[in-house]
Amino acid sequence: MRPRGIWAVFRKEFRENLRDRRTLLSALVFGPVLGPVLVAVLVQFSISHAEEQSDENIAVAVMHADRAPNLLAYLTAHGADIVNVTLDEAGARQAVASQTHKIILDIPADFGARLQEGQPAPVVLYSDGSRGFDRRGVGRVRALVSQYGIEIAQLRFLAAGIDPISVLPISVQEIDVSTPSSRSVLVLNMMTYLVLLSMLFGGLYLAIDATAGERERGSLEVLLTSPVPREHLIYGKILAAAAYMFISLVLTVTMFAIAMSFVGLEKLGITANLGPAAASTLAACCVPLILFGASYLSIVSGFAKSYREAQTYLGLVITVPTLPLMFAGMLGLQAKLPLMFVPFLSQHLLMTTVVRAEPIEPLFFTVSVVSTLVYGVVLMFVAGRLYRREGLLG
Amino acid sequence: MLEARGLYKSFGKIDAVRGVSFSARDGQITGLLGPNGAGKSTTLRMLYTVLKPDQGDAFIDGGSVTSDPLGARRAIGVLSHGAGVYNHLTARENIAYFGELHGLSRADRDARAAELIELLEMQPFADRLAKGFSQGQKLKTALARALVHKPKNVLLDEPTNGLDVMAVRGLRQLLVQLRDAGHCVLFSSHVMQEVEQLCDEVVVIARGQVVAAGTLDTIRARGGERLEDAFVALLEPEAKP
Repeated sequence: MRPRGIWAVFRKEFRENLRDRRTLLSALVFGPVLGPVLVAVLVQFSISHAEEQSDENIAVAVMHADRAPNLLAYLTAHGADIVNVTLDEAGARQAVASQTHKIILDIPADFGARLQEGQPAPVVLYSDGSRGFDRRGVGRVRALVSQYGIEIAQLRFLAAGIDPISVLPISVQEIDVSTPSSRSVLVLNMMTYLVLLSMLFGGLYLAIDATAGERERGSLEVLLTSPVPREHLIYGKILAAAAYMFISLVLTVTMFAIAMSFVGLEKLGITANLGPAAASTLAACCVPLILFGASYLSIVSGFAKSYREAQTYLGLVITVPTLPLMFAGMLGLQAKLPLMFVPFLSQHLLMTTVVRAEPIEPLFFTVSVVSTLVYGVVLMFVAGRLYRREGLLG
Repeated sequence: MLEARGLYKSFGKIDAVRGVSFSARDGQITGLLGPNGAGKSTTLRMLYTVLKPDQGDAFIDGGSVTSDPLGARRAIGVLSHGAGVYNHLTARENIAYFGELHGLSRADRDARAAELIELLEMQPFADRLAKGFSQGQKLKTALARALVHKPKNVLLDEPTNGLDVMAVRGLRQLLVQLRDAGHCVLFSSHVMQEVEQLCDEVVVIARGQVVAAGTLDTIRARGGERLEDAFVALLEPEAKP
């Protein structure tokens, strides 16, 4: 096999696409810049939100505040900003639904009387459970009210001569064993997804342009009359797409490392393990996938009759390899040997291990690299067979 | 020297070419004349190895296109229908790319590209990206690309389609130059005047078969004083008075 033709096609496709704004944007800007910036902004947002929620006072609107002055004094002392409102039940529901007030506490008329009689005294707490950001606030108000109730109970026991400790038979101690790094996986889980997607996008337009685009422009026919075996033509194109994917991958991982260093993750008790060493390992996990991805995209767009048709196919097709990642997320899959044979999934699991700052099993890494490379080579040969067909000309 | 021997090609149920045989000699311009859909393009595509004949074979300077397609491709220069060029490469780069595919060294292909740019008077746009080229400029680029490896045989599929008068004149002069330099030139057309002005030999194709072949005079002798009359007579033998 003389690679002269492969090399000539590779160089031409690489150079031609350097001048194509669409290819450049998708390889150098969309994936590498937008992905990391998006994740960084999201992480930063959740950090500042978490900080806000723990420090800030909670605004609580209270109906009939005069019926429970001691409870409200207790709430105020523990970080609640009380606003007196005059509403009926329907008005309260409406106010919460429209977010005029996020939390409304209603003190019923018999609150004081029942409390004095030793009966359970109900209060009504209105909130909108579909607003995720306010859940914590509601939880805090509920906890404060319960705590107030417990304190009253303890006082009653004391008055009756009973040791209040004896009526609290169980106390729960929570121990969270997630390490700072393993917690970061929750936040950074979508990072692996974006790295893989961004890598594929890097070669997407070149793959379309070099196959469906070349046919549409009418230059494919002449290309096929050059004394280069047809499969070598497509190998050159696949390798050029792979080169763009590689550039895109390296840029994306680098940008993630940079973006994460600007985000104050340590405030969340999380360390993002994305130093140069971890970033290189991340890239190393994905590199074998490049040949697979480039061949895959070239095959699909080789079937399309026009550039637009290829774009339509690939918009759908590009999400297919990332489906295992969603299952992994839903099922909470852990790295296991059999899963290392699944392309994309094995890379996702290995990357997750890296982000968790856990050691990578050398066997797992080897299996992932070798099996993915084998699939890539097989797909490349399939593309070569495809290019030998006459139907290629359309 | 090109030779087609009993070429057959069908696509599904459509028999596009049904037993086409002819030859095109060196130092001559041979025209493949026929109405649209007669099988001209399919015949040419088999000759330049993009399609494989179902039956029969074609020979380029004696070499078979079916058993040695790569050898055949080295001996031909092709201007395909539509003549697509690479928009993000300059004219010079378009030419050099095909030089590289033909195995020319960097120095050789640069020299050859410069030579062709001069020959085809492409200097004003040689180093511009092909993106904004006119039809004529694209055609010149595609022609230069086809000639970069100095092929003995040149095949052109409807080369004058969509060209203005000046571009057609330029093309005509070039084909004559190639003929006088001893090349074998084969081009397809459905335009009578073109064939009449340029060709030494004509092969008339209709419904996938050769209905007449020979010099302009022999064709005219069979059908009438004007080539057009002869052509119509050949296409519709039963309509003959």
